[in-house]
Amino acid sequence: MKRLPMAALGLVLGLLFLWLPVLLLAAYAFSDARIPFQWGGFSLRWFAALAGNARLIEAAWLSLRVACGAATLAVLLGGAVGWVLARHGPFRGRALFGALAGTPLVLPDVVTGLSLLLFFVMLESLTGWPAERGATTILLAHATIGAAYVAVLVQARLSELAPELEDAARDLGAAPPVAFATVTLPLLAPSLVAGWLLAFTLSVDDVVVASFVSGPAGTTLPMVVFSMLRLGLTPEVNALAVVVLSAAGSLLALAMLALRLSQSRGRPP
Amino acid sequence: MRRLPLILPALWLGLLVAMPLLVVLVLSLSFPAEGIPPFSLPNCAEGVNTESFTLLLEDPFYRDAFLGALAVAGGTGLLCLMLAFPMALGLARAAPSWRPLLLALVLLPFWTGFLPRLGAWIGLLRDEGWINGLLQSLGLIEAPLPLLYSWPALFLGMVHAYLPFAVLPLYASLSRIDPVLEEAAADLGATGPVAFLTVTLPLALPGAAAAFLLVFIPAAGEYVIPELLGPPSAQLVGRVLWGEFFQNRDWPVAAALAVVLLILLILPIRLFQRLEARR
Repeated sequence: MKRLPMAALGLVLGLLFLWLPVLLLAAYAFSDARIPFQWGGFSLRWFAALAGNARLIEAAWLSLRVACGAATLAVLLGGAVGWVLARHGPFRGRALFGALAGTPLVLPDVVTGLSLLLFFVMLESLTGWPAERGATTILLAHATIGAAYVAVLVQARLSELAPELEDAARDLGAAPPVAFATVTLPLLAPSLVAGWLLAFTLSVDDVVVASFVSGPAGTTLPMVVFSMLRLGLTPEVNALAVVVLSAAGSLLALAMLALRLSQSRGRPP
Repeated sequence: MRRLPLILPALWLGLLVAMPLLVVLVLSLSFPAEGIPPFSLPNCAEGVNTESFTLLLEDPFYRDAFLGALAVAGGTGLLCLMLAFPMALGLARAAPSWRPLLLALVLLPFWTGFLPRLGAWIGLLRDEGWINGLLQSLGLIEAPLPLLYSWPALFLGMVHAYLPFAVLPLYASLSRIDPVLEEAAADLGATGPVAFLTVTLPLALPGAAAAFLLVFIPAAGEYVIPELLGPPSAQLVGRVLWGEFFQNRDWPVAAALAVVLLILLILPIRLFQRLEARR
């Protein structure tokens, strides 16, 4: 117990390091000063500038659409991959299947981005599709990355669940798809929701892969923010971070509340 | 029909994971060319072009890009471990009712977005930024210190971005250690630091290895942080690859850089997958 204060001190210092820049950034989003990080009195002007920046708003919408689509596709595909790894019996090429499923998790962004772009270019020269790179190619790239994370979550959850649960449902007369949908799927739901959120977060935060696989038609929010930061910080980026952090914080609070409620009703978390 | 749940994901993995890697390999052996796209594939008449690889091996610029990236990734991994260990220990020893909140506090800065957090560091470190302003108003310095676009700024950004990746696996392995073990060690005469070094630390090693690799692997190819915070001399492999592709439009050399980076990372990646499989 002697070391408890030491460990607690380490935790507090670490959290301070993580949070200090974020808190300063949030505070200075409300500052009425041209030069960033110089206090010029309270103001909401950067939020107004944010709302009036058409290029930024357009990119934000594109990012949201791509992230929703990519996360949904990632849950469907990653769910199937996780199911195959946990429940499908032995089949030829299983080791390769497992290795490929884990590959996107360990590739550096520049390698993922470059390889997918070159693949799309080759595909276009062979089949004529995709004629234009943009939202669709970013969505496919992000879904591939997200699916790898979903697969890990789903596989872990399925290996905790007893396969006998589904067998019991079948013994009681449920057809295999019905047994899966009424027994396994509800038990899997928390992992699928977590996987969707993770895939969504990865997608809205990605600048490298999106820059590679996109064309002139598709500029996502991180691509715009990156070019703004390269030119020098604009306080609009701070205001944007405050909007994103508040949205994420409220979502987290809602998720925790939902978890509390479902636990108090006696269901397994 | 019954094989559909297997065939669809297998098709996806083959098409969007395996094929792109094969294409990179083929492209790294292609000939640079004028036009769109700027390469011509290996063919019967000309064979393959290994000049991109020869260039990477012979030009010290590329060698330094790889060595620099590995050194920065290794340094970032070690710094993250040093910071994450006490944090994970604090988390593991906090009262159970506090843990979800503390974990959320570790993860939530993530959700401001990766780029805005780098923007915050730019605001702190730039010439007319916070730290220089504070030092000047205290009269400690006359002219602003060149903090931004430096190696320390690069490492600050890297550690800040990757720290949560290191905290989670360490926390997972530390929270599974039975506190009774340390009490037993204490009963046998090993107190405080001795019990920690001989009991807790060895048990946390697999978690520490996972934490290190989870930081090291993505950090080795990092592009954005060296670009936004690092000095111009920090020509690490991620930045060099980006430049070859977007500025020089030399796709074969960019592909060759990706292939060599993957070869260098295969050993740590295999190690990581081995560790994951054992959990």
